[in-house]
Amino acid sequence: MNILRRTLDRIKQPFGKGQKFEKFAPAINAFDTFLFVPNHTTKKGAHIRDAIDLKRTMVTVIIALLPALLYGIYNTGYQYLIQTGSPFTFVEAFIHGSWKIVPMIIVSYVVGLSIEFGFAVYRGHEVNEGYLVTGLLIPMIMPVDIPLWMVGLSTAFAVLVAKEAFGGTGMNILNPALTARAFAFFAYPTYMSGNKVWVSEASNIDAISGETILGTLAAGGKVNYSAMEMFQGSIPGSIAETSTLWVAVGALILILTGIGSWRIIVGGILGASFMGFLFNLWAANELMSFSWINHLIVGGFAFGIVFMATDPVSAAQTNQGKWIYGVLVGIFCIMIRVFNPAYPEGVMLAILLMNVFAPTIDHYVINGNIKKRRKRWESSVNQLKTI
Amino acid sequence: MEVIKDIRSRKGANLNLKGGAEKILDTTVLPSIFALRPDDFFGTTPKLLLKEGARVKKGSPIYFSKKNPSVKIVSPVSGIIQNIERGPKRKIEKIVIESSDIQDSIKHSVSDWEKKNREDLKLLLAESGNWPFIHQRPYGTMANPTDTPKAIFVSTVKTDPLHVDVQFILKDQKNDFQLGIDLLNKLVDQPVFLGVEKIFSDYFGSIEGVQHYTVQGPHPAGNLSLHIQKLCPLNIGERIWTVNAEDVANLGRFISSGIFCSRRTIAISGNAVEHPKYFQTSIGADLQPFLKKVGIIKEKIRVVNGDVLTGDTSFDRPFLGYFNNLVSIIPEGDKYRMFGWLPFIDNNILSLSNTSLSRIFNRKGFDVDTNLNGEERALVVTGEMEKIFPLDIYPMQLIKACMAGDIEKMEVLGIYEVVPEDFGLVDYSNTSKIEAQEIIRQGIELMISEVG
Repeated sequence: MNILRRTLDRIKQPFGKGQKFEKFAPAINAFDTFLFVPNHTTKKGAHIRDAIDLKRTMVTVIIALLPALLYGIYNTGYQYLIQTGSPFTFVEAFIHGSWKIVPMIIVSYVVGLSIEFGFAVYRGHEVNEGYLVTGLLIPMIMPVDIPLWMVGLSTAFAVLVAKEAFGGTGMNILNPALTARAFAFFAYPTYMSGNKVWVSEASNIDAISGETILGTLAAGGKVNYSAMEMFQGSIPGSIAETSTLWVAVGALILILTGIGSWRIIVGGILGASFMGFLFNLWAANELMSFSWINHLIVGGFAFGIVFMATDPVSAAQTNQGKWIYGVLVGIFCIMIRVFNPAYPEGVMLAILLMNVFAPTIDHYVINGNIKKRRKRWESSVNQLKTI
Repeated sequence: MEVIKDIRSRKGANLNLKGGAEKILDTTVLPSIFALRPDDFFGTTPKLLLKEGARVKKGSPIYFSKKNPSVKIVSPVSGIIQNIERGPKRKIEKIVIESSDIQDSIKHSVSDWEKKNREDLKLLLAESGNWPFIHQRPYGTMANPTDTPKAIFVSTVKTDPLHVDVQFILKDQKNDFQLGIDLLNKLVDQPVFLGVEKIFSDYFGSIEGVQHYTVQGPHPAGNLSLHIQKLCPLNIGERIWTVNAEDVANLGRFISSGIFCSRRTIAISGNAVEHPKYFQTSIGADLQPFLKKVGIIKEKIRVVNGDVLTGDTSFDRPFLGYFNNLVSIIPEGDKYRMFGWLPFIDNNILSLSNTSLSRIFNRKGFDVDTNLNGEERALVVTGEMEKIFPLDIYPMQLIKACMAGDIEKMEVLGIYEVVPEDFGLVDYSNTSKIEAQEIIRQGIELMISEVG
């Protein structure tokens, strides 16, 4: 370890203060701090510090994402191979999925991190770890058959417009990963809907087709999958969102480690169940009569509420606000699904919409505290007057 | 006696550190150098009365506060002013006094103090150097003798890491403590509020002329901001005074003898100390001889005046701060940790987060050091401050208002109800490693200069 440390220190020398490449220090520091927690000590404030830092937080989220990602890779292969008709093994399915998905992850990280590093050097701050999660989320919520250049373009748009334009990590209003998804969705609608993008190679091989369950329902069709298949995730859909089971495992990791807000997740489930239940009572068409329990396990709802809505930067920040925010995401998700057949999946738009309203929710929650304080001040002034 | 309120707080965390002081009082260490640091009095500007080389007695005025010229800061010992250290812009950093063998002191006439009216008493306390013992809220600055406070708070409950036992400190000073309370009662219209532990001893239970309240809960339950908010919330324009428990006894001793009492009972503790224990000394004492006595077992150490969350440190020669009963000595942590950012790695580092198993594995107390355990980042994680912040205030929003210097927002979000120390645990536990106490302190400075 000491040899490695010494080598690193030697490499870092030209990036030191007053040295030739000082400007590029954030870039080299990002790699260094990835290997070692730095030797920085406290200067002001508390003299001792908690072991948690943003890297640990973000890595925990990545760990929570892994079950869904791995299942997504397998399911990609599974959906393709089952339609080709030939027998296949788990490993073959996994390998096929990896061929599709690993390049997408690489593209997303390369494009996004280049921009992040560029901005860190330009602004002279350290590289924030937030993109480690965003960069993994972006490929996970794209349809399988999306071209790589589209992944790259959406990523660039999301990082530049949704994040850096607002001032970088911690300042953004919209969730960057969802912004990438929304960009692709609205810029290339023909690629992002229909029944040809959800299964690997479907656009090249005519025999293959795979409509998502919500797409089928929106078109008024009948669903051929059992509830167990929907829960387990062996259905067509965006890469990693199909398996509610593995998303739930991720949710458990997030909640137990305290990294994800359980208030938002529980609120979202309550909101969606309530709305789904109301529509069940109404039951005017296929989507409305689709059982509220099934609404929770199909489409991107579970993935969205667990991994997207809980993004602390774009969600509501107060505890009360998180409840309201979560419930509303759930309600709007089901509402958009049912009322707007042009968008069979509502969770993306529901979360983006609530991202915009999160500061408003917080404003009113905090105003409650402010009002209480003002009232106390006023009553004390009145007391003085009466004396 | 009657308890007027039970304060029960759930939010917060007790940090279980190694190196708590054993309850042994050592009175044998007699340092020869003492120092006064004007920075110990937040928000005051010093004006010197004496020059280097001047002879002083215990209780001789050395400087006064520019804002309140009647308030004198006096010498804790008799001797010679050895040196006045100045920093940038000729700011006075330290006034170093070499104590002499013979201890003379200035004696004030206090025989008829109970008959004195409030204004005369205030003047006596200000002239005799006792006034700086009284702090005010809002802001946590030195009180202004021209104010009349809504209430006075004294707390004997400590929850900070390695905290001292107030009853042990005061064990032989009950009469002085009672006298101090009687004196404070003359300055305010309602009896002094005295905070005690939930299961309190007869010692504090039998103190008369006070309104007892009990406190229980994890740190920062012992902080006065919480007690004030629960019992007597501060409104705009109001003043509340606070006095440290040992200073109440010092005030009592002054009023019975007429001599300024600079007694400090301190605990020298921390995981860099071999035999942590209590000492009796005076305000401003040179800490070097104490360090020798307790034994230092780490190579590079940091001497913190106060607790490890809120204390301050001077990197050259350490002197005891004006108000501290605790000196924490911990090792410096300037070392690298490979892949230390992985969750559930390095569980020997105390963490309040569930991304570490530290709380399960190490029940005996933690070895701490000064490593930042990461680097400063943008504020991303929400809700973590609220978990450990018991006041009815939105901590993150207040911090952001202070960062933006938005006075109106700071006011309505509760800047009057906090002091920087309330954010000690926020500093410690926040993921982004922001310096919350420093931000709040700057916010308070802005309030003092803009609003007053």
